[in-house]
Amino acid sequence: MKKILSKPESLKDTVLSYCPGCGHGIIHRLVTECIDELGVREKTIAVAPVGCAVFAYEYFNFDVTEAPHGRPPAVATGIKRTNPDKFVFTYQGDGDIAAIGMAETIHAANRGENITTIFVNNANYGMTGGQMAPTTLIGQITETTPFGRNPEREGYPIKLCELLSTLEGTAYLERVAIYNPQNIMKAKKAIKKAFQCQIDRKGFSLVEIISNCPVDWGMTPLDSIKWVEETFIKSFPLGTVKDKTNT
Amino acid sequence: MISTIKINSEKCKGCSLCIKACPKQCISFSKQFNKAGYHWASLEKENACIGCGFCYMVCPDVCIEVYKDL
Amino acid sequence: MTKKLIKGNIALCEGAITAGLKSYFGYPITPQNEIPAYLSKRMVELGRVFIQAESEIAAASMVLGAAITGARAMTSSSSPGISLKQEAISYMSGMQVPALIVNVQRGGPGLGNISSSQSDYFQAVKGGGHGDYKIIVLAPNSAQEMYETAYDAFDLAEKYRTPVMILTDGIIGQMMEPIEFNRIEKKEFTEKEWILNGSKGREPRSIKSLLMKDGVLEKHNVKLQEKYKLISENEVKYESYMLEDAEIIIIAYGISSRIARSAVKLARKNGIKAGLLRPKTLWPFPSEIINSLAKPNVKFLSIELSHGQMVEDVKLAVNGKSEVGFLGKAGGGLVTEQEILKKIQSQILGGSSGA
Repeated sequence: MKKILSKPESLKDTVLSYCPGCGHGIIHRLVTECIDELGVREKTIAVAPVGCAVFAYEYFNFDVTEAPHGRPPAVATGIKRTNPDKFVFTYQGDGDIAAIGMAETIHAANRGENITTIFVNNANYGMTGGQMAPTTLIGQITETTPFGRNPEREGYPIKLCELLSTLEGTAYLERVAIYNPQNIMKAKKAIKKAFQCQIDRKGFSLVEIISNCPVDWGMTPLDSIKWVEETFIKSFPLGTVKDKTNT
Repeated sequence: MISTIKINSEKCKGCSLCIKACPKQCISFSKQFNKAGYHWASLEKENACIGCGFCYMVCPDVCIEVYKDL
Repeated sequence: MTKKLIKGNIALCEGAITAGLKSYFGYPITPQNEIPAYLSKRMVELGRVFIQAESEIAAASMVLGAAITGARAMTSSSSPGISLKQEAISYMSGMQVPALIVNVQRGGPGLGNISSSQSDYFQAVKGGGHGDYKIIVLAPNSAQEMYETAYDAFDLAEKYRTPVMILTDGIIGQMMEPIEFNRIEKKEFTEKEWILNGSKGREPRSIKSLLMKDGVLEKHNVKLQEKYKLISENEVKYESYMLEDAEIIIIAYGISSRIARSAVKLARKNGIKAGLLRPKTLWPFPSEIINSLAKPNVKFLSIELSHGQMVEDVKLAVNGKSEVGFLGKAGGGLVTEQEILKKIQSQILGGSSGA
């Protein structure tokens, strides 16, 4: 019998440190499969965030640097402008990209930096124990919104793709989810398209992946993917938000 | 048998996402624990596997391999 | 060699370019605006990288990004902006990334004003950001030295894999002086064994400061301290002026050292044997030479545009062997030769420390 599906070469053969059922592992696999398929592993320089994926360099089988919290788009800008022939992507969570790093995100996007951003949205700060994130849903209970997120007190969840879509420099923005095999396949297609966008030098591309955080949400893995399907994506509609790749 | 899967029992964290995703219900928890203390997922109904790859796709620990007679 | 009349800030740019500066990232703030303005033209003409970033925070992180790929990269700013860059400076120190940061100091604290100042000394030489680290701090005092220091800073940064700061001020930065372009353009760079440039033909690398495994961070800190010790032993630079028979030794750097030099001459005219020791490196500080000059019959006077920062390092170096005085002001005008002379006279006669 032939092995038809197995760990991609761009993913190291090691135990991931993520909690059981956490979406990061699936997203790591999708990203690394795309890098294998596009043949760019040996020219990739990735930028890891501060957050749960801070250890991404333990798992990615290519060059990876650390960045200060929220600064991956600036670090990636420095790498890519200095080395336009390298393949550069950032891997960031909701707090990193849309709270502390919002300025870096918006300006890298607006400059049309030819980089790709993989944005993992799980509606809370996972690494620090489940505090409110910029993307926490209205009414969602977190460590720091014990009564549920109240817009009068905490404002509204930020829809980053829509926000970035007004900027001329953005070429491709898509929101996907990974709560079932069909959506995982769509997510992979979007990641590959975003990477191709960079290879074709079309400008800034970002894929927002609606993910799950069972432990900090206080749910079983199965309940967490059910919550994504029934609640989370109602506030964050899936689909292409902007696509200039064919123009 | 035309298809099968191999699950790395030491990498598995027993999240059960593959059990739910399998359209043929051929995966279930093992009775034993691995070193990390999880009941790992295991292919119980070997002949029912159709090699669809759904379990591989949903596995957050990338610990499943899919094999098929082509 | 013909000389050209240019501003200190421009001389600094030319020194960096001649040294092979590949990428510059900046943000406007007075009194360093000549640097990004000049480089926005020069770097683009040379086919190199110039970005006006969205903030000092971003600019410093861009430097980090460029520098981890082995390229020579720099940013420049002035005091409030340097506070924002401390985040990336701490990361680069932990990650051992060589880069050049220029601080054309202005008055503080807070937004302060744009007058020439030397009140960021502590921030520069004591680390500046979080964690137990040092960066090399260079203090030129002329346009010529701005050129040479910027050129040499990159070699120093790469030799030790550390950020290097040029700590200067608005006057040195904006003063026009004739300079000689006495450095050879650096074109060849040997590939460093630690950089990220894609893992072709080798194992993937990562550069990080997060070291969570048991004992690893402790070892890393010990390694950093060993490096700092090596730098302290090898890289101290200073200039001495009329020290041989000096009964009072002024310690001053940057703009203050130029005024102090005139004051030394003035004091000598008035019959006082004054001398000047000018640190060209503020970290590592020329503690050893200062200590060797310290005797009961020799006095020291630290002159700074601050309310007394470097004077603490002078006292540590002197270690009680001599009296150490201080003269300084911050947030406004310069210390004058006359003020220095008066201070010298009172220190010689009165014997009070004055600090």
